[in-house]
Amino acid sequence: MASVRRDENGRAAAEDPHQSSPPPLDPVSEEWVTALTSQGAEYEQACARLYGDLLRIAFKELARRHDRHGLSGQELEDVGQQAAADALLAITRKIGQFRGESRFTTWAYKFVIFEVSTQLGRHFRRTRGVPMDTEDWERLPDVLGAGPAEESQARELASAVRSGIDEVLTDHQRKIFVAVVLAGVPLEAVVAELGTNRNAVYKTMFDARRKLRLRLEADGYLDATTRRRS
Amino acid sequence: MNHADGPTLADRLRLFLETDPRDVGCERAMELLHVYVELRAAGQAPEERYPGIAAHLRACGPCSDEYEGLLAAVTEL
Repeated sequence: MASVRRDENGRAAAEDPHQSSPPPLDPVSEEWVTALTSQGAEYEQACARLYGDLLRIAFKELARRHDRHGLSGQELEDVGQQAAADALLAITRKIGQFRGESRFTTWAYKFVIFEVSTQLGRHFRRTRGVPMDTEDWERLPDVLGAGPAEESQARELASAVRSGIDEVLTDHQRKIFVAVVLAGVPLEAVVAELGTNRNAVYKTMFDARRKLRLRLEADGYLDATTRRRS
Repeated sequence: MNHADGPTLADRLRLFLETDPRDVGCERAMELLHVYVELRAAGQAPEERYPGIAAHLRACGPCSDEYEGLLAAVTEL
């Protein structure tokens, strides 16, 4: 296996001077990179072979997630094929960015797994819609997994959460929090609805969760002394 | 659901709202997911080298899902 040259904050090999130069590619990865940076028949054949691999991985991933999307027939076919096609396009565009930190196939499969998520998010948005303004607060106790014996506490906490959302979240944070948490909309569908990227939506949720938690701690609803981090 | 012996409702809410300052976010986690997955597939402990990615994968459902999917893809027979 190829060695790692970057840390997670993007510092190139700062913690390991032995990994400062790019590692040599393994023979199979070298073969892929050579073919996908060539022209003519070699390039076309490599693309066709890679597309076949990506298609197989896309359907394998769709099968793994089947209980959550429930797609079958032509819808399933369309999602799988679109994910593989979009992944192939991304890979051929970004082949120059492959630095041999992993096997080529691991790097390439990452794109198709990501495209499966993207396609499923778009499909959810198309077929079920993304309610960004519907606030079904009655669902909050269920979201928290409240049992019958916790009904009273659940009502109190739900009320505190709702007040906290009113008081500390921005409109944007509130819309996303409500869609993801109360309406149970998949993050990728919110991403498709807003025409943004996952990182931006996640960051909004991250900030919203943190602000809400601090408010609930300050108001005595949550115990700050048991907090593990942040 | 019976939570008689488990965490209280407030504990579960706190856990749900908890954030880890080491969390690197989706973009950074996705940039290095292939490396993280290969370390795991090789029987190593990627969370030791990449604690910020590990923190992110614990908190982000979509990225965690992709981690599981990529690991399954590269470890298939």
